[in-house]
Amino acid sequence: MWTWFYKLASPPYVYGVAAALVPWALGGAALALCYGLIAGLAIAPPDYQQGEAFRMIYVHVPSALLSLTVYTVMAAASAVALIWRIKVGHAVASAAAPIGASFTILALFTGSLWGRPMWGTYWAWDPRLTSELILLFLYVGVMSLRSAFEDPSRGDRAAALLATVGIVNVPIVHFSVVWWNSLHQGATIVKLGAPSMPGSMLWPLLSMWLGFMLFFAAVLCIRLQGEVLNRERQSTWVRQAVKS
Amino acid sequence: MMNNGFWSMGGYGRYVWPCFAFAFLVLGWNLWSARRHLDAARLRARRELQMAGIDP
Amino acid sequence: MNVGVLAAFNLIVRRELCLSFRRPDQLLQPLVFFLIVTTLFPLGLNLQLSLLRDMSPGVLWVAALLSSLLSLDALFKSDADDGTLEQLALCGQGLTLIVVAKTLAHWLVTGAALVVFSPLVGVALGIPQSAFGTMMLSLGLGTLTLSWLGAIGAGLTVGARRGNVLLSLIVLPLAMPLLIFGAGATDRAISGTNAVGPLYFLAALCVFTCTLAPFAATAALRITLE
Repeated sequence: MWTWFYKLASPPYVYGVAAALVPWALGGAALALCYGLIAGLAIAPPDYQQGEAFRMIYVHVPSALLSLTVYTVMAAASAVALIWRIKVGHAVASAAAPIGASFTILALFTGSLWGRPMWGTYWAWDPRLTSELILLFLYVGVMSLRSAFEDPSRGDRAAALLATVGIVNVPIVHFSVVWWNSLHQGATIVKLGAPSMPGSMLWPLLSMWLGFMLFFAAVLCIRLQGEVLNRERQSTWVRQAVKS
Repeated sequence: MMNNGFWSMGGYGRYVWPCFAFAFLVLGWNLWSARRHLDAARLRARRELQMAGIDP
Repeated sequence: MNVGVLAAFNLIVRRELCLSFRRPDQLLQPLVFFLIVTTLFPLGLNLQLSLLRDMSPGVLWVAALLSSLLSLDALFKSDADDGTLEQLALCGQGLTLIVVAKTLAHWLVTGAALVVFSPLVGVALGIPQSAFGTMMLSLGLGTLTLSWLGAIGAGLTVGARRGNVLLSLIVLPLAMPLLIFGAGATDRAISGTNAVGPLYFLAALCVFTCTLAPFAATAALRITLE
């Protein structure tokens, strides 16, 4: 099993695996998203408190969960790259950053639209929303730092350190509804014990979450190929890879 | 299914549909941007190989 | 000559203080900035003193944050420019010790100075004297944490283009919890309620940062020095 891990440190191997994974991940994502959308929009019954407005959950929750997951992936890849000096880690982190930032913007936007009918306001400076906004700033900071250096490898390492330091925000976002009095509701899925949602509403949500995850995997793999190519331009295996 | 209630979403339609529309946009942007990034990287690699005299 | 750890620490702190005091105008700039920014708010908002008091914790803290940020850029920059930083890294005392000494010295001349200066600004903003103790304690803890966050940011951006803008972009999101608790503590002190809760949070953030940030800042500098 460990040989597989060692192989993952090799740029041509990662390039090949990423290229192969894309169609499967995209196909799976399409299936999961289709089922989730149809079941979520048409089949799931309206919520007794929020009525039809609750359906925004089907894009808000997956995008918010993904914004945290992608940051964790980015931080983990950065830490691996810094500690074991595996350059592929920098490629993964660099590929993940813009995807994560876009999901964070989506989470903030959909949350804002959901907040207007439910709480009466498009925005509130409450712990969950504020920490999610800070997450967006961290993504932007990591991307800006990476591009601010003449030497790309130095930019990679600086951005990797910042990404690793910023991981403290991820548990803050998740536990903010527990630690403080928040306008935002508590956790319904990612917690200990049974989820506090009926099946007909839960299954489309899980499917959307899975769909978003698979979509992230697909887009990450596409970007990762580009990032690996950019970092390994001088290597001989690239000749074969760009033949077309 | 495509009746009045579906599109108005119990009166919340003007919040629900922009949500899904923006989600669709974000997913689409991700795919487009990633594809563009990969194509640019391949182009850059090919150009460098050509300049070094190696024809890919 | 074999210099012990404590002696080396003292040496570097004294060197930093010496260099700072050699240019008193550079020393005063963040303090003057602090005063000017706090003046901007009442001028721009045209409020009576009683209304200003409600906003004062936030105004005070934003001004303190921004003026601390101004001086952070210089933490490693001049030493990196003339090669002293490499010499210090090679001198055998360990880069972490150097970083701790430099950051503490920096806090002494900026953060601690802000704390001493803050009653003056407090009077200008209409903060009652009874709240001064909490205000100064929260500023002290907050500026120390900020110096450490800034050390990480400064270490990362030493060789970057537009380093000072990037430094603010990196440090400010990490400093937002400080702002929330610091302003919260001062706010509670002004309204007379117990400010112990936010102060404990500030202290916890300070301890957390002071223990972990030296290693992050050292790692950041090593990236620059490589």
